[in-house]
Amino acid sequence: MLHYIGQRLLQLIPVLLGMTFIVFMIIRAIPGDPAQVILGQQATEEAIKSLRTSLGLDNPWYVQYFDYLKGLVTGDLGNSLRTRTPVSEEIWPYLAATIELSLFAIIIAVIIGINAGIISAWFQNSWFDYTAMVLALIGVSMPIFWLGLMNQWIFSIELGILPTTGRENVRDPINSITNFYVLDTLIQGDFSQTATVLKHLVLPGTALATIPMAIIARMTRSSMLEVMRSDYVRTARAKGLQMFWVVYKHALKNAIIPVLTIIGLQMGLLLGGAILTETIFGWPGIGRYIYEAIGFRDYPVIQSGILIVAFIFVMINLFVDLLYGLVDPRIKYD
Amino acid sequence: MGKKKIVSLAFLMLLLLSTALYGCSGGDESESGGESGGDSDSGEEKVLIFGRGGDSVSLDPIAVTDGESFKVTKNIFDTLINFGEQDTEIEPGLASEWTAAEDGLTYTFQLQEGVTFHDGTDFNAEAVVANFDRWSGGNSDQFPYYQSMFGGFGDAEEHVIESVEATGDYEVVIKLKRPQAPFLKNLAMSPFGIASPTAFEEAGDTFGDNPVGTGPFQFVEWNRNDTVTIEKFDDYWVEGEPKLDQVVFRAIPDNSARLNALLSGEIDLADGITPSDAGTIEGNENLQLFERPSMNVGYLGLTTTREPFDDPKVRQAMNHAIDRQALVDSFFEGRAEVAKNPMPPVISGYNDDIEGYEFDPEKAKELLAEAGLEDGFTMELWAMPVPRPYMPDGQKVAEAIQSNLADVGITAEIVSYEWATYLEKAAAGEADAFLLGWTGDNGDADNFLYVLLDQDNIGSNNYTYYENQALHDILIAAQTEVDEDARNELYMQAQEMIHKDAPWVPLAHSTPLLAGGTNVIDFKAHPTGSDKLASVDLE
Repeated sequence: MLHYIGQRLLQLIPVLLGMTFIVFMIIRAIPGDPAQVILGQQATEEAIKSLRTSLGLDNPWYVQYFDYLKGLVTGDLGNSLRTRTPVSEEIWPYLAATIELSLFAIIIAVIIGINAGIISAWFQNSWFDYTAMVLALIGVSMPIFWLGLMNQWIFSIELGILPTTGRENVRDPINSITNFYVLDTLIQGDFSQTATVLKHLVLPGTALATIPMAIIARMTRSSMLEVMRSDYVRTARAKGLQMFWVVYKHALKNAIIPVLTIIGLQMGLLLGGAILTETIFGWPGIGRYIYEAIGFRDYPVIQSGILIVAFIFVMINLFVDLLYGLVDPRIKYD
Repeated sequence: MGKKKIVSLAFLMLLLLSTALYGCSGGDESESGGESGGDSDSGEEKVLIFGRGGDSVSLDPIAVTDGESFKVTKNIFDTLINFGEQDTEIEPGLASEWTAAEDGLTYTFQLQEGVTFHDGTDFNAEAVVANFDRWSGGNSDQFPYYQSMFGGFGDAEEHVIESVEATGDYEVVIKLKRPQAPFLKNLAMSPFGIASPTAFEEAGDTFGDNPVGTGPFQFVEWNRNDTVTIEKFDDYWVEGEPKLDQVVFRAIPDNSARLNALLSGEIDLADGITPSDAGTIEGNENLQLFERPSMNVGYLGLTTTREPFDDPKVRQAMNHAIDRQALVDSFFEGRAEVAKNPMPPVISGYNDDIEGYEFDPEKAKELLAEAGLEDGFTMELWAMPVPRPYMPDGQKVAEAIQSNLADVGITAEIVSYEWATYLEKAAAGEADAFLLGWTGDNGDADNFLYVLLDQDNIGSNNYTYYENQALHDILIAAQTEVDEDARNELYMQAQEMIHKDAPWVPLAHSTPLLAGGTNVIDFKAHPTGSDKLASVDLE
């Protein structure tokens, strides 16, 4: 097991290295000069030139690339060209905001998605099955910005029960310690603030959960259908075991493995793919951070931001692979 | 039968689960800042939440060039000279009065007494000198606006400021190397807010994370990409100000979402209202619309080095071919003025005698025929990919222009690039015709005509590559002309020349819109885009 983890971690190195190179080359291939963007339209030619020099943008690309790698090895993610702050310092609050939102979204997606999938498979071709799968199809193809704005309109403006945007009530801000606001309020024992923070999570969380929820539901259904037809399920039923236990205990255990893979992938996608949700709900997350950095040609932020998201993505997938072993003891790592 | 029961049960469970998810957070309403959140009528703290499109880059005003930073720093720092409440006339600020020598080379400022910085440091002549020393000792990447406005740093020949000296506890003398007509206006710009010397010496490069000025509000907290919080400075030197206890600037990038937040009462004031939403706001009795006086221009630039736009006749034909009034009516919802000059009418020196090119497709065809293009031609029309106050929807404006041009036989193909790319390619002269615009910095004619159309600025802000030696001579003369009337006369001439050569099709001077709850009183939107909130109150 440890050997396996070690091996997987070693494999990470070339993956991440290759990624830094690709990202590095792509962002330099697109036109646009960071110095120009930073100094604004008023900037003089001379100012731009001197800024380029001081940012090291005059060096040939391979010098810049190796400087960057050298920094990475020593744990230096570079400084944001725009704010002049080290990326490693700056990035944490954004990352925490996105992780909190993604976790919330994936929890909703998993709970509803898996249950809907199971029930659909259990009562295949019932009205529930049809409704759930049509909803799932709509969910997959739903434009998030439209859904988000509609939800804001219904739940905030018309019903007045949920806030439209942001992470907290800015009229009564919380004291943040970890940047995970739910955790912070729980640590401080301020449960009314926990409720407020959770309220702020609902709209962006459900908007973000829609697509993974639909995918998980469809995946669970098809995987369950396959398992339900297998001999051991028939045996279990023949023994007179209650259908509920057959489904949730015996069948689910085997059906869940491909679903786990999907959940892992979706979780990773949520981290980087939350840009739209973060924009519409004014969520100060990492997707928006990187997206805005692209507009400013803030190379270190783009490079390091993507690197970190990719790293987490790979780690989640490793974690999922290890989960297989727990779910299915037949799977062994060596 | 049993099967059906289970289905219903399962469905019920699912329903319960989802409502529970909503419900667990649906607790008591007072906390969400729901509908009543904005009202602070109970004698509690008056907190104003200002929703805007983006976050600040830094809160050290001299280090940045973006409007979102100045929106905040304008309230933390005071400048020696102030702009008028809703114009760019100069008024006393930290300098209570001043005198300029005849030759325009020496300015003597009397400073306001009894002013302290938020950290307790006294404001006096020494503090002013320390600020100028800090700025002039920097370089163009540290302090870009100092370079743009005062030409350079330290001993450099281009640096306009010769010396800044304290000649008394509350008297400062600034000597210039050569006259600079908009000198006082430049000093009123947000970047030149006076900072606490104690604080910037101590903080060094991180001053922008912990700004200290003499302004009506002091810095509290900054959650990047989310909120900047400032609170009332009790010892503010202007009697009775500020009226608010706290202001929170919130970044909500999406325009519709920002409007939703305003409608639900989570924010009190929203910047960047799109013209098409103005109707919604005017129809809502709890909201009011604020108009920011226009200090911008949106235009279609014609790159004068590219065929056929190297022929002034073709450029004039373009001016006749485009129906600006229709553009203003459709895409600015009428909240803009049709432009005939490259600068807006609020700026002194504006030439109102010029007759704009009227919309006349026949005339356009004649001019094209005179230029030997009776069969028309094919061109690229660049559409801005991002909305800006001076161009709310570049794509749609481009489509309308495209159809106007088709009527006179010109085939325009619309192209667009991501914003940074767009600017770089346009600056490199790669566009035939491109949509762009400009918002003024200091309300001076030089900041429009010289910056956007002088040959010195080809490759930077003169995107059309328009070159005219006679115009250049006039613009340079105007920069050092200290007599206001003589200077305005020069700018009037300049506008005539530009009108004749027609490097642009000036389109519109838009009125940027803001909206707020009816409880917001005395909010005055400033044409520069950064608003001082000292006299704003909530009822």
